[in-house]
Amino acid sequence: MPMTAIAALAVLTYGFRLTGPLLRGRVTVPAAAERLFAEAATVLLIALAATSALTAGHGLAGWARLAGVLVAGVLAARRAPFPVVVLAAAGVTALLRLAGIA
Amino acid sequence: MRSLWRTASPALLRDVGLVCLADAIVGVSFGAASVAGGLPWWVPVALSVLVFAGGSQIAAVGVVLAGGSPLAAVLAGAVLNTRLFPYGLAVADVVSDPESTGHAAGTANGRMSGVRGRREGQPAARWLRGLRRLAGTHLITDESVAFALRQPDPARRRSAFWACGVPLFVIWNVSVLLGVALGSAVRDTSAFGLDATFPAVMLALALPTLTSRSTRMAAGTGAVIAVALTPVLPAGLPLLAALGGLGTRWDGWRRLADRRGRSGRRSRCGPAGNGGAAADQRPADRNNQVNEVPAGGGR
Repeated sequence: MPMTAIAALAVLTYGFRLTGPLLRGRVTVPAAAERLFAEAATVLLIALAATSALTAGHGLAGWARLAGVLVAGVLAARRAPFPVVVLAAAGVTALLRLAGIA
Repeated sequence: MRSLWRTASPALLRDVGLVCLADAIVGVSFGAASVAGGLPWWVPVALSVLVFAGGSQIAAVGVVLAGGSPLAAVLAGAVLNTRLFPYGLAVADVVSDPESTGHAAGTANGRMSGVRGRREGQPAARWLRGLRRLAGTHLITDESVAFALRQPDPARRRSAFWACGVPLFVIWNVSVLLGVALGSAVRDTSAFGLDATFPAVMLALALPTLTSRSTRMAAGTGAVIAVALTPVLPAGLPLLAALGGLGTRWDGWRRLADRRGRSGRRSRCGPAGNGGAAADQRPADRNNQVNEVPAGGGR
């Protein structure tokens, strides 16, 4: 990832952060637009979770990673604390690999 | 800064500590997995300092590690960060100045800052205020905004925002550095299952937001699109194609178009020059709009 890409993402991100305080009191975001932003972010997150859990390159990823992510997903759905979710994902995947499952 | 710690309650500091701990673990795994995936050490470090938004950093690195182009990585990260714009509106009165906590209590906040601006006219003081505002803007994150908006009045909102934002920035960057060191030291990182932490973090961030049927529908469709296209499209593009899942929310699009048609009328009734009060009312106002819009569809 080249420095220009990092800088571009940093500038865009700071721009999103700065626009709100600059427009303070002058605009209200339409509720429907705000929900569209929120849903777009959710769609991206879920799609990224699905692709990075299931695929590696153009092929399928191994079972160990998928199992780790599924366990993490169940924990997250049951509102387990964030650290538990992350450690469970790594732990389950590591244990399965230790047992010889890729 | 010292007054900030005095105003922050012990309960708040404890909650901030827990959030910092959670983010530290994510930071370590982000740093380690980035380096383990073959990126140079400065990529996760620069992202953490300059972008400082965990989800988008992980998304951008995830796209690149999957072989995607830098452009796709930037786009994915930027889409995730659009939410910082409404956050900025919600905490506009809070990001400016951590030390005005004492005075601002009980006063209409918008008016207060106007008076202060006229009194402290010296260039040095103005510079300092400007710098603080720039720094405060950079500290707008899910966590700092959530802590701020939970507080009942402007003074406590401000102190909660800074009491969460500053430690979070420090701990996030230190933990990413730690992760980079770990990832470089350990030879076989796949044995530790680090590759499973990225998708796990994404899930943990997204699952609580899957509250409505339309969101679940859009996200499910998007995930199917992305996974199905992964074998055939260059990396990164399937993720952006997932946004096509938003096409399932017909109601949402209609509402958006409807809202836009009426926005001219609405902006005129907004309270002018009353930033603090507007921020106070906004959450309630927003709910009213959400409830009101479907009913107004026929108007």
